[in-house]
Amino acid sequence: MNVAALSQAKLNFDVERIRADFPILSRKVHNKPLVYLDSAASAQKPRQVIETITRAYSEDYANVHRGAYYLSEKSTSDYEAAREKVRAFINAKSITEIVYTKGATEAINLVAASYGRAFIKEGDEIVLTTLEHHSNFVPWDLLRKATGCVLREVTVQLDGSVRIEDFAKVIGPRTKLVAVAHVSNVLGTVLPIKEIAKLAHAVGAKLLVDGCQGIVHAEVDVQALDCDFYVFSGHKLYGPTGIGVLWGREAILDTMPPYQGGGDMIETVAFAGCTWAGLPAKFEAGTPPIVEAIGLGAAIDYINTQDRVAVAAHEHALIAYALERLPEVPGLRLIGTAPGKASVQSFVVEGAHPHDLATVLDRSGVCVRAGHHCAQPLMEALGVSATARASFAMYSTQAEIDALVAALIKARELLV
Amino acid sequence: MNAAALEMISPSLSFDELTENFGLLDEWDDRYAYLIDLGRKLPELPDVYKTEATKIRGCMSQVWLVPGGTATDFRFAADSDSTIVKGLIAVLASLFSGRTAVDVADIDAEAAFRALGLEQHLSPNRRNGFVAMVARIKDDARAMAKS
Repeated sequence: MNVAALSQAKLNFDVERIRADFPILSRKVHNKPLVYLDSAASAQKPRQVIETITRAYSEDYANVHRGAYYLSEKSTSDYEAAREKVRAFINAKSITEIVYTKGATEAINLVAASYGRAFIKEGDEIVLTTLEHHSNFVPWDLLRKATGCVLREVTVQLDGSVRIEDFAKVIGPRTKLVAVAHVSNVLGTVLPIKEIAKLAHAVGAKLLVDGCQGIVHAEVDVQALDCDFYVFSGHKLYGPTGIGVLWGREAILDTMPPYQGGGDMIETVAFAGCTWAGLPAKFEAGTPPIVEAIGLGAAIDYINTQDRVAVAAHEHALIAYALERLPEVPGLRLIGTAPGKASVQSFVVEGAHPHDLATVLDRSGVCVRAGHHCAQPLMEALGVSATARASFAMYSTQAEIDALVAALIKARELLV
Repeated sequence: MNAAALEMISPSLSFDELTENFGLLDEWDDRYAYLIDLGRKLPELPDVYKTEATKIRGCMSQVWLVPGGTATDFRFAADSDSTIVKGLIAVLASLFSGRTAVDVADIDAEAAFRALGLEQHLSPNRRNGFVAMVARIKDDARAMAKS
């Protein structure tokens, strides 16, 4: 971003105006102002989302699809309108490519169970990186156990960066699928998706991107990224829990067998055999998360009302500020300092267990996550059993980073 | 491994005395400082006792627990990589050590910790290994009471 664009972006951004949209941010915890630095685990919700959910349940609720009455038609149209919002948000070609799931985890499990069982055979290779979240690791382990396929690892540098040449070494003629995070939930590293897509496609492999963290911090255009699957969760994107999205190329989704059977995903049901509905219904068995989908649509509307360049600049300034200030804490070691990283920062403090840090920080109203962050292979590679992690969203402020640093210094005095 | 050679925790303060001391501390950081100090005074658990068998798995911190003593004088030794959990171990030792195994199985640890203002650590969602430790101690005590 050039200087002129950056200063314009700053003009377009008023964090206090945004904070006013998030009711929870004005509450206190242990009689201290809430400093919520765990948005990478789950983001808080703006009142626009909360009000949409309340309205959907209190005024417009009925089951979707096939209802021949006003409320069901209204509920269906709101639910399907949200699908179009998702499509536009990630620039998918068609709403038939947008499959609702209960979250990113289910989306990856869907691909592993459906695409994986149909197209991945013994000896075929799936390429993952060391930094994958367990939700982009365990489904492939299950597939390995079921099919005898092989999991190959692209390792991570000490600073948390990943090198495209390491992908080039691991991706080969036996590779059938590459499955990577867009942005690491522990390190904030942004992966070079377009370059990885080129390498994958050069050997005829498909690319799945776990976009849980990626879609929060930057605009995502699935066509420009040139991946084959992109998955994300609603609740990290300021929307409700219980809703996620699987985007897949239509030509690929068409070839995949259903993941679960039930209502809504069939064309005909007969003892002689069932036939499946078209996309995306084929993958949406049972009554879907109706209001959750509508809530996700409201979250996307909310994000679209913001200047996303300005939001990205704000989050970039926050991580830069955190990287500058956190080392003021004696004994603190930053984990994940890859260039261009997103606003997620792990750290350890010598002599203080991350869990103890988080417990003591809580008394200052500061919420951080501590543990292995569902990334045990990465913890192992980094040689730590756990880290503490602060993550920043559009509503986070520099003052909150100041509060974090002050609370960490105090916690360290107590613990070390 | 010979558990008999291991030094079991011998609390210097009774649980009632601890309760009284915690009651004098109004500020949360003073209570934590006191708790941490109690943990620091625990005898060290030698690494040889930190095995898969003695380990209590928690999501965030590790705890190792070795039961000892007798059915009429319950004891244990324990350690954790968490400073706060070590403090909680010291409190548990005051609560359980020297009691009969039958008593240990019956003691309401949650109520006791509530009295200390430490009940947040007993919430199952903390998953810090501490809740599992209390469960393990009670299982051990029950087994001891039966034998």
